[in-house]
Amino acid sequence: MAKTVVLQRKPLSLSERTYLPQIVTGLKTTFSNMFKEKVTLQYPEEKPIIPKNYRGVPTLVKDPNGREKCVSCQLCEFVCPPKAIRITPGSVPEGDEEREHVEKAPQEFEINMLRCIYCGYCQEVCPEEAIYLQDEYSSSGYTREEMINNKEKLYELGGTLPDSHYKWDQKKTAEDQGNGH
Amino acid sequence: MFDFDMLLMVGLKFLFALLMIGAVMTMAGYSVLAERKVSAWMQGRVGPNRTVLPMIGHIPFVGKFLQGLGMFQPLADGLKFLFKEEMIPGHVNKFYYNLAPIVALVPALTTMTVLPFGEFFAEDGRTIPLMLANLEVGILFVLAVSSLGVYGIVLAGWSSNSKYPFLGGIRSSAQMISYELAMGLSLLPIFLWVSEPGTGALGLSLVDIVNSQNDRAWLLLVQPLSALIFLIALFAETNRLPFDMPESETDLVGGFHTEYGGFKFGIFFVAEYAHIVVGSAIFTIIFLGGWHFLPWIADPWPATWVGTLLGIGWFLAKTIFLIFFFIWVRWTIPRFRYDQVMNLGWTKLLPLALINLIFYVLLVTWLDQPTT
Repeated sequence: MAKTVVLQRKPLSLSERTYLPQIVTGLKTTFSNMFKEKVTLQYPEEKPIIPKNYRGVPTLVKDPNGREKCVSCQLCEFVCPPKAIRITPGSVPEGDEEREHVEKAPQEFEINMLRCIYCGYCQEVCPEEAIYLQDEYSSSGYTREEMINNKEKLYELGGTLPDSHYKWDQKKTAEDQGNGH
Repeated sequence: MFDFDMLLMVGLKFLFALLMIGAVMTMAGYSVLAERKVSAWMQGRVGPNRTVLPMIGHIPFVGKFLQGLGMFQPLADGLKFLFKEEMIPGHVNKFYYNLAPIVALVPALTTMTVLPFGEFFAEDGRTIPLMLANLEVGILFVLAVSSLGVYGIVLAGWSSNSKYPFLGGIRSSAQMISYELAMGLSLLPIFLWVSEPGTGALGLSLVDIVNSQNDRAWLLLVQPLSALIFLIALFAETNRLPFDMPESETDLVGGFHTEYGGFKFGIFFVAEYAHIVVGSAIFTIIFLGGWHFLPWIADPWPATWVGTLLGIGWFLAKTIFLIFFFIWVRWTIPRFRYDQVMNLGWTKLLPLALINLIFYVLLVTWLDQPTT
């Protein structure tokens, strides 16, 4: 068991009891602080560096070939805790050469940014890696309607991201070279 | 017959008074800015740097520099206070509530009438001190009038009819009374020292005090203890941290001005800073040699209007340094507890000031004894 030691404080000397030397020390500290580098970020001109895996505004992304990734499975709509996502499913027309690997695509995809809580569940649940919370953090508008991001806006915000998982093209190339799973 | 000279003199005095008020009020406004800037720098921040006037902001280099220093901020702050809605809460005593800011501001501005801030070298060889009214009892006038400022705070606290302002007012009056004594006592040795027989200095004149420090030691060096006590009492009298009992915002919400808003609050604010400006000027006059150069060194500037301007500039530099010192201390030392303030005032500073006085009485008596 640890032994408690009561430290005896030395009685203050005369100069210490006036507190003046201590005040002078404090003044020196604050004075030297005046010339140190400032921590202020001049916000609208200077933006902070957004770390990786930041959970910003949810966006829809396209695959590296520029194709729509979302297949409107509606898992994100289902998992969304504040019910911010609303998907109107639609089908991909027959005979579309580029997109014959999928059957469905969202006809409309809306995320209400007034409801969204930036939890990232939609990104976590998406089997197609189609929805990402990216580095955009500042969303504002004059009306409630403006704050609902529709499909067009979501793709505009999302852009194209490289596939970060061992799926699709990555897996195909690996298999072609004979070292797939 | 119409006395034209008399009219000219009154007119000139009036003009000088307006100039003086303008100077002190501008300094008070800019010490608010200095407070914000210095506090920001000491805390690793930048401080106000956005406000800008449309025309001046476009001057290539200077405009940006002034904007970065926040030079237009006091203007914006003042206008904001001016155009805010004047709210009068329903539970206040309206007459005294409206009177209080005026009572707080008037003494702060009155004390500056007797402040000498330079000297003018007339053609016939006389030197005329630059001040509005050359009173023989300058320092008495300053002490008497500046402590009237507490009435504004007490009135504000009482007429607000609300508990936190009331506590602030009570604390303020107790604090003022306690430190007034030490302040007065710390100044007595100074006047004993200055008005030694044969020098012809008239006891209580501020001009004579300044001139007694010309090419001799500053009184700060002669009587450091008096200077220290006076400085501490000055901090208490101006309600600055570490003695800002009347408005200690952590325990009294806003203190005596909790119920005030808009321009009335602005007047309290300006009065506080005007007190600091005037207090710094008085400390400069009494202890730092006023407009005279350095201790033991005669004024290097010629006895012409150039010398007058340089002297005024030097006086202003010292005053501004002291204002900076006030701000510097505020952002360094935490606030005293109320009982500690009272304890320090009555059981430390007052006896110390008395001992100091007795010591100098004996010293001056010993120095002045006629050599036979």
